[in-house]
Amino acid sequence: MACKNCETKPVIILPNSAVSHCKQCFFKYFEKKVNKVINQYKLIEEEDHIGVAVSGGKDSTTLLYLLNKHIKKRRGIKLSAIAIDEGIQGYRDKSLDFIKKFCKEQEVDLKIFSYEKEFGKSLDNIMKTFKGVPCSVCGVFRRNILNKKAKELNFTKLATGHNLDDEAQTILMNYFRRNIKASSRLGPITGVLKTRDFVKRIKPLYFLTEKEIATYAFLKGFMDEFNECPYSKDSYRNRLREVINDFDNKYPGTKYNIIYSFLEILPLLKSEYKNELNYCKTCGEPCSRPKCKSCEYVETLIKP
Amino acid sequence: MKVYFDKTKETTELEASTVKELLDKLKLNPETVLITKNNELLTENESLNKKDEIKILSVISGG
Repeated sequence: MACKNCETKPVIILPNSAVSHCKQCFFKYFEKKVNKVINQYKLIEEEDHIGVAVSGGKDSTTLLYLLNKHIKKRRGIKLSAIAIDEGIQGYRDKSLDFIKKFCKEQEVDLKIFSYEKEFGKSLDNIMKTFKGVPCSVCGVFRRNILNKKAKELNFTKLATGHNLDDEAQTILMNYFRRNIKASSRLGPITGVLKTRDFVKRIKPLYFLTEKEIATYAFLKGFMDEFNECPYSKDSYRNRLREVINDFDNKYPGTKYNIIYSFLEILPLLKSEYKNELNYCKTCGEPCSRPKCKSCEYVETLIKP
Repeated sequence: MKVYFDKTKETTELEASTVKELLDKLKLNPETVLITKNNELLTENESLNKKDEIKILSVISGG
């Protein structure tokens, strides 16, 4: 089956619509989807200083490239990149080398912050004694540094590479774990509170699948293989990813339906759960409990 | 044909007439991989022949 638009050799068949695209038509389709979500949800506004959370993976690399392209067409918007070095030898060191080079090519300022310096231990060292799930502690620490540093660097918004697959997995994870309140904080733009203490998050890749992003990154020549974090292999999220992908393969459109059904009920969730902010008694960062999870982990895992 | 899978870092010898048949034999979901030949992407409908050298890239990344 040739490309839907120009009858040339296709590079992808979109599973949801069975439409074939050649390289150039796929780029147009992809970039149009990103621009549409930016405009529809007002992800980027005048005077914004967007911080892009980058890791050197396909999602955040693609995001940085596209936002850099997007802001060149608009005036008064600043773009910077921020990366977290969790301290995962053989994985993060390589991806950080890549993203440093990529940011230089894109002429985007990059700041890197590490767990070692911010919390006193790398993830590799934490995992020598911690018997729990690595993704839980890692996610808490990452979000803590990102919010803290985003404020210090005067970012008005923090852009993340979350894609349609990530969001569909999170929606189901929250459902399966009876944590619907957490889902009220999802969507293409989050943290819309009248406070500067929590930097708004934007997800311009919200309606693109992991496969579409990998295809784009590959065809643009950003990378020719996609590495997985060595700690994420047995996670709950990975199990759900398999289940959703199996379902989507058998019943095309499942992933989109999870997202669109969720977006229909999101306004109701937002009105039900007002998400009033508290502040951590130890570090002063916004959180939902008297002490933030990050400080709890520091006390139990790093300075017991 | 020779088939290299980046996730397992293994190369195997397999026979399949299309990409779809190859993925079925390897029990791989097309949503989770990119299939390449000579660094070019192939769709599931593409025909394959015995002399092809195929590289399968897992799209699962990050964390």
